[in-house]
Amino acid sequence: MANRNPNFGGIFESGGRLCASEEETQALGRAFAEEVPADTTLSLEGPLGAGKTCFVRGLAVGLGLDPAMVSSPTFTLVHEYPGGRIPLVHFDFYRLDSENELTGLGFEDYLQSPAIRAIEWGDKFPGALPPQTWRIRFSIESGSRKIRGTR
Amino acid sequence: MRILAIETSCDETAAAVLEGFDRILSHEIFSQAAIHSEFGGVVPEVASRNHLDELPRVVDRALASAGVDICDLGAVVATSGPGLAAALLVGTSAAKGLALGAGCPFLAVNHIEGHLLSPFFGEAEIPPHIALVVSGGHTLLFDVRKFGDYQLLGRTRDDAAGEAFDKVAKMLGLGYPGGVEIDRLARTGNSARFALPRGMLDSGDFHFSFSGLKTAVRMFLEKGFAEADLPDICASFQAAVVDVLVAKTFRAAHELGRPIVTMSGGVSANAGLRTTARLRAEKSGKILRFAPEGLRTDNALMIAYAAAHHLARGTSHSVTLDISPNFDPASLCG
Repeated sequence: MANRNPNFGGIFESGGRLCASEEETQALGRAFAEEVPADTTLSLEGPLGAGKTCFVRGLAVGLGLDPAMVSSPTFTLVHEYPGGRIPLVHFDFYRLDSENELTGLGFEDYLQSPAIRAIEWGDKFPGALPPQTWRIRFSIESGSRKIRGTR
Repeated sequence: MRILAIETSCDETAAAVLEGFDRILSHEIFSQAAIHSEFGGVVPEVASRNHLDELPRVVDRALASAGVDICDLGAVVATSGPGLAAALLVGTSAAKGLALGAGCPFLAVNHIEGHLLSPFFGEAEIPPHIALVVSGGHTLLFDVRKFGDYQLLGRTRDDAAGEAFDKVAKMLGLGYPGGVEIDRLARTGNSARFALPRGMLDSGDFHFSFSGLKTAVRMFLEKGFAEADLPDICASFQAAVVDVLVAKTFRAAHELGRPIVTMSGGVSANAGLRTTARLRAEKSGKILRFAPEGLRTDNALMIAYAAAHHLARGTSHSVTLDISPNFDPASLCG
């Protein structure tokens, strides 16, 4: 649960956090979710295979959800995982072409009620992200995954 | 009984009229993907906002080509999930309104059940079998005892199999979606040339993972590759996906003693998957059935067919029933 001084797994510190395995990336997502406020939008940014979906699986664990529920929403565009401490909504903008398509997705509606909104490829439409969005960048450095956040 | 079915769970706007279990009166699909394919794999526009524009036309066409009036319908049914909430609302609301207007029952159908039953299209009985539902959005393995009695054995932990195809196609510069193009190139390729990981092949369960394979392909491609190697790369990648799908599906059939194996969803059209599955079926003495052509990607006919089974058992739903955008195994498997 929330600490007095949350550090969100250290991903907001300069240099970010280095994860050597999928398990570490997932553990980081878990630590993050245990401290995250109830109404937060996360933009998960970085190349294919950098650990974005894996991080969301960690978020699910941290919110008290079954991580097996989490899969990539690339095709289906949005997955909702209710039933945890805070509802988790998992978006993927990968196959979207224009910001207009977010209307069809009901994106605005999802911003109305408190939830953790994790958006893979959120940087495709930075203008559509709500003002307080936390940007989390995933990169691959010699086999490890570097995860770095800015607020 | 004549059933009008509406499917709007993702990109396709579809409507169909089915009589009984097997008489196809109409089968209409408006697909953004089809429109864009002529431009060479341009990302299809997400059609959810277009469902509202297209659905009345698609329903009118389905009724007209079936030669039936709305008053002749025995039921109006629609996909109520899983899918995109905004898109599902269009289809289910239209179906509810039409059912009220026609004074006939409304029924909400699970999209996954539509795919799951599609290999038996036309038949009144669903025999015990193992079902692999494999598409761009889903990779699910079920044990089916009979109609309505399903147990989810496994699912993807990350990417759906079809998504892995499309993402690798994009890495190879084949456009998106490009799973079909990989299949085409793989036909002339050597699948043993490049060793790629078989995700969770020996995990001892029936779950799948394709994200590690996607990353392995990306790292392999970053070292550079020649255009001439494309068929071998495609064949090697395709074999890595297909091997796991086929191994786990047939292992389930063996362990649970099911004589029949089915494959449905868009990826069940993949030639590599079909060939490997056929060989395995012959070796293991299992009967293999695929979803018929036209019923593999999202369509309303499979929804009508699943509905026919429910309606034959006297099931219908109140028009106050809400959509269920999430895939909840409990709702399907009970």
